[in-house]
Amino acid sequence: MLTVSIETQILFAGILFFLGLIGLLVRRNMIFMLMSIEIMFNSAGLVFIIAATHWKQPDGQVMFIFILAVTAVEVSIALALILQVYHHFKTLDADAVNKLKDHN
Amino acid sequence: MTTIIALIPAIPFLSFLILALFGHKLTRKLAGFIGAGSIGMVALFTFIVAIGFFKSLPEVKSYSVTIWEWINTGNLKVDISFSLDALSLVFCFVITFVGFLIHVYSIGFMSKDEGFSRFFAYMNLFIGSMLVLVLADNILLMYLGWEGVGLCSYLLIGFWYKEPANGYAARKAFIITRIGDTAMIIGIFILFLNFGTVNINELMQQASGKWASGSSLAVLTAALLLCGALGKSAQLPLQTWLPDAMAGPSPVSALIHAATMVTAGVYLIARTHVLFSLAPVVQSAIAIIGALTLLIAGFSALAQHDLKRILAYSTISQIGYMFLALGVGAWSAAVFHFMIHAFFKALLFLGAGIVILVLNEEHDIFKMGGLRKKMPVVFITFLIGSASLSALPLITAGFYSKDEILWYAYSSQSGSILLWLAGIVGALLTALYSFRMIFITFYGEAKTEPAFNPGKLMTVPLIVLAVLSLVGGYVELPASIGNIHLFSNLVDNTLPVVVVKAGENQEILFQLLSAIIALTGIYIAYLIYFKKPSLSEPFSHSRINKYFEKGWGFDKLYNTLFVNPVVWLSVIDKNDFFDWWNIGIARLALMFNSLLSYAQNGKLRWYLMSFAIGIALILTYMLSK
Repeated sequence: MLTVSIETQILFAGILFFLGLIGLLVRRNMIFMLMSIEIMFNSAGLVFIIAATHWKQPDGQVMFIFILAVTAVEVSIALALILQVYHHFKTLDADAVNKLKDHN
Repeated sequence: MTTIIALIPAIPFLSFLILALFGHKLTRKLAGFIGAGSIGMVALFTFIVAIGFFKSLPEVKSYSVTIWEWINTGNLKVDISFSLDALSLVFCFVITFVGFLIHVYSIGFMSKDEGFSRFFAYMNLFIGSMLVLVLADNILLMYLGWEGVGLCSYLLIGFWYKEPANGYAARKAFIITRIGDTAMIIGIFILFLNFGTVNINELMQQASGKWASGSSLAVLTAALLLCGALGKSAQLPLQTWLPDAMAGPSPVSALIHAATMVTAGVYLIARTHVLFSLAPVVQSAIAIIGALTLLIAGFSALAQHDLKRILAYSTISQIGYMFLALGVGAWSAAVFHFMIHAFFKALLFLGAGIVILVLNEEHDIFKMGGLRKKMPVVFITFLIGSASLSALPLITAGFYSKDEILWYAYSSQSGSILLWLAGIVGALLTALYSFRMIFITFYGEAKTEPAFNPGKLMTVPLIVLAVLSLVGGYVELPASIGNIHLFSNLVDNTLPVVVVKAGENQEILFQLLSAIIALTGIYIAYLIYFKKPSLSEPFSHSRINKYFEKGWGFDKLYNTLFVNPVVWLSVIDKNDFFDWWNIGIARLALMFNSLLSYAQNGKLRWYLMSFAIGIALILTYMLSK
């Protein structure tokens, strides 16, 4: 079985996380922002799996199951919110939805 | 007995609380009943106490009752405790009895006013404070009552607060009396520092034991207390507030600015007479101030057009007589004149209140006239009051009280012919302005028609006061006529007897002179204001008359000396260092606010970016450690 060093694994998870973050920062469409967040979640979950394998302990995999559950909930709420925003503003542009800003 | 003494000041406070808290829910009838009824009850209690007091004389000369401890810290121990002696009793009698009559009158007088229950709440608070003032057995509690009546005076002068001028008059009264009060509290501090107690009796005992006559501390303290008395009693040089205080409703003028509060200064001096005897300089100053005030105010009263302002100046002048008596050591004469003055001046103010009310707020006596036939009850009572004020010989009470003062002004050990002369000129002026008022207001042709006739509630108190103004004098008759000394015997239980110069026994001559003077004054008034008005014309239009009318220009003087410089200073000093400091704090807060609100721009990706940068910074910091 091909063994990959732990540093490489963590680096991979880190690259995945930064891809997600950059996606979140550069995209204005909320659906894409949500997808970017999912990527970041998964990279975090990946780190748990890596740690579980490294230390030969099941806790990390248990944690990943939790993260999956939380993500599922989060996605459903976020999609519902996005639907509401679309109904209200007729757009999915995150920059157009800035009604919470201060007066000046 | 002691329980009743404690109840006397408590009841008005209770009814004040009821009226203040639930006044808006009560009907007018009920509010008036509570307001006047409580004072009637207190008057009844005072009567019971007086009977008990007379019965126990001369064994027990004062009763005291401690209700609870007020302050107890270090060596300062102050109790809420009252003590009743002959002096307090006389004051209590006038406050409650005259106060009750004025309250009854007020039910009629204020019946159309929207602030009906508020009025009675203030009046009851006033009566309560005034009773605390005269019953307090320590000087601090007395000061509490002193400030309490000052507050009520302020509230009641500005009772019709929608008129800015009334508010101005109220503030003026409050601030000018405050000048005197400040001096007075400093005097109280000096007394406490030196004797370590605030109990009046102990203070007086220790003062006479420890301070030599004429010592600088005694003079200083007496002078400071005198300042308080001058402010409250509207004497020179703090007299300017009283004529303006007439902005309040007439019953207020009768109760506060004629019968009771303005005589608090007389009470203070009589109460601390030991101190003033220790400071002969201050005591002669009292006599001189009294003499000057009675003359100045008498001339001013002669030139006024406003009915109530005539009476206000007359009040200042009559209190001047009381101060004159205090100054020459004729304590009981001063207190006697206080009582009689309360009767006839309250009567005159209540009468004037009716006249002004039925003529639709007409204050100018030259627009009245001919009221004699239309309001006979008011006319006759007003005539009796004026006669008593101008000391019409033998039949009026005012004659006996004023004559006593005039006699002692000359014959007392510290009296002099000059003081007597001032008093006798003042008496001539008094007769003159009183009957000028009568002839112009009630005689001649009618210029304004009365709108309605006063009800029984208003006329009955007038009649009672008129009777008192006539017969009240018979409790004290001079040696030459009747020789009755009920009143001075009573007051002499508390106050020292006046010391008369040796070999002075022409009292009858002086009485004859003052009787002639009073009659002359009335005759002159008859001549120049009724028979031949042309005789008074040149005076009425002269510049000196204008000067008198403005109260000898004291207001102008004080405005130039004090008010304008302060206003000028506050205008140029609008932006001083302290303002910078305060404005600076506000500006700093605003700056931070705009700085932070810049970050709050509602752009989601902006927030995310700041997150990312923040995390990057934290990570860098943690890694580099």
